[in-house]
Amino acid sequence: MAKPTVAIFDFACCEGCQLQIVNMEEELLDLLTIVQPVEWREAMSDRSDEYDIAIVEGSITRSEDEDRLRKIRERAKILIAIGACATTGGVNKLKNNFDLADVRRCVYGDKAGLPHLRTAPTKSAPEVVKVDYCVHGCPMNDREFSYVVRCLAMGTEPVEKNYPVCVECKMRGTICRYEYNEICLGPITRGGCNAPCPAGGGFCYGCRGYVPEPNVNAAKEVMERYGRTVEELKGRLLLFNSTQEPTNV
Amino acid sequence: MSKTLSVDVHHVTRVEGHGNIRVRARDGVVEQVQWQVPEAPRFFEAMVRGRSWEEIQIVACRICGICSFAHSLASIKAVEAAMGVEVSEQTDKLRILAYGGEQLESHVLHVGYLVAPDLLGVKSVVPLASTHPDVVKTVIRAHRLGNEWMEMLGGRRTHPVSFRVGGFGRLPSEDELRSLQDRLRKAVPDLKRIAEVLLSLADRIPAFERETEYIALVHPKEYTFYHGEIGSTDMGGELVGIQEFESVVNEYVSPQSTAKWTRWHRDSYAVGALARFKLNAAKLRPLAAQTARMFGLSPDCTNPYMNSIAQVVEAVEVVEAGIEQIDDLLTRGIRPERPRVVPRAGTGVGCVEAPRGILFHKYSFDSNGICTGANICIPTNQNHANIQKDFEALVPRILDRTEDEIRLMLEMLVRAYDPCISCSTHFLRVEFV
Repeated sequence: MAKPTVAIFDFACCEGCQLQIVNMEEELLDLLTIVQPVEWREAMSDRSDEYDIAIVEGSITRSEDEDRLRKIRERAKILIAIGACATTGGVNKLKNNFDLADVRRCVYGDKAGLPHLRTAPTKSAPEVVKVDYCVHGCPMNDREFSYVVRCLAMGTEPVEKNYPVCVECKMRGTICRYEYNEICLGPITRGGCNAPCPAGGGFCYGCRGYVPEPNVNAAKEVMERYGRTVEELKGRLLLFNSTQEPTNV
Repeated sequence: MSKTLSVDVHHVTRVEGHGNIRVRARDGVVEQVQWQVPEAPRFFEAMVRGRSWEEIQIVACRICGICSFAHSLASIKAVEAAMGVEVSEQTDKLRILAYGGEQLESHVLHVGYLVAPDLLGVKSVVPLASTHPDVVKTVIRAHRLGNEWMEMLGGRRTHPVSFRVGGFGRLPSEDELRSLQDRLRKAVPDLKRIAEVLLSLADRIPAFERETEYIALVHPKEYTFYHGEIGSTDMGGELVGIQEFESVVNEYVSPQSTAKWTRWHRDSYAVGALARFKLNAAKLRPLAAQTARMFGLSPDCTNPYMNSIAQVVEAVEVVEAGIEQIDDLLTRGIRPERPRVVPRAGTGVGCVEAPRGILFHKYSFDSNGICTGANICIPTNQNHANIQKDFEALVPRILDRTEDEIRLMLEMLVRAYDPCISCSTHFLRVEFV
């Protein structure tokens, strides 16, 4: 059987998820034995319009980028979104909480009226096209990425994690960030990252999006127990879980 | 000469972000040379408004996946300056040590994965894995070390989690530091090997010189990436405080590319490894200085393609420095400490040398520590006008070559600056005809 061809494309983002692919180091060489990269602008000068698997990084912020993503979708048998910018819109959706004319003025001052400065509300890839698989996180987790690509190369179905980050803190024996009087989004955020932020001395800011069917009541109990408010939790959620419409907290 | 030429590179490959090259020549006369940037703007300065002081780094480091430590540290330093937070000597030393990891990782990635294929006449590092397996594995080892160095001190290799305003969320153990030091010592032969391979290919680096202004952080004692003041090759030894950065960068909207560009004493200036080398070479450690001599790299170099060689010199410098810094930290012993910050109103500037050049962050806060405004000036923005000026000087000199050769030399020039176009919080959208 011929190796599946893979193309990697980026939209508005920091390209840190592509860096996670490079960071697989020797394992990337192994992955290249089961798939054939045909386009990857950040790392290769080769180009191709034919590919089996399209990997898409970044948020969609302009109408021409929606068109480009639709074309990629048409050409690909399988489309994988990598990283928060693509899977949920991530930090780029913070912009959606502001009046867009004001956003342009803030950055570009008296030049803000120029037509080429237009920007649309940020969308995730699934808000524009059908996405077959998501590799969540900011940055995405390279273990999960490798798992999804290997599953697809072997013709099996990858399974997404469906438990919150708190589970992984417990397994690692990490002290709860609420003990440090910090608002942590672990109780309602999708696990699978192995909870590096609380282990590294920070709080979870929800970069992997909500866990399926988040236990909101449990989160409320945590807030009550530590004397924090649900409003504080919602405020922190804006970082990576803002929506297409402005969110009023 | 009666050459008519049309070169269009839509989205230069093997660079971070999106940039285009456009050249037109008719009957031997250059009509148009442009470096264009169509990256989708992300409006970070607008997005951080309303965020709390302890969330600024979380948002700011997402400006760039390749220099997330640079953006983290610049933003944290700015928040600390705004709130009058003094960090401990231990925090300062650990941050400087951690930051060496990003310089190594980024420089090895750039030189090994993005630049080397040009020197070997291939389109990417992928074919090199089978034609030059030993060299590729050496590059991978050095790159992996940079990453694991960052992960050990930052808690994650991209978008670090352990850097907090006021100090570290998690401190490394002394055992971890010893093991890192051991690996740094073992990395020296790998870096020598990479330098030797590059030296054997050095005749393929274009010989193109153009006088320009070079700007970098300067510190009286150290080859610095973290502390210091703003120095310039046009300023003699005179330095400008980082708080004054807006009078140095002089951002303006370019009518040609509609991106915010910068200029100080001339039409353009350059930042990055070559600028740092030119302003700080006398303070390099012995092995790094020796590496520079190997390539004949001296502070009077004005060849932008040599930026990649200056990066190799710096990769050696940060490894040498890291070994010394760990000795110093272990002698003092790692003391447990927790960052404590009381938010207050104020404005602060933070500055570091990102792998690709000097980086400025500025934030204002109200009395609750909520961000009310920001200004971020990134190195690639500062290099854009200089890339354009290089193009204008270079194209007439190479017009007798084939279109493919001209295209390659221009692409290589862009890559030499190691541009990080996603960092381009300021970039406007370009309408292409």
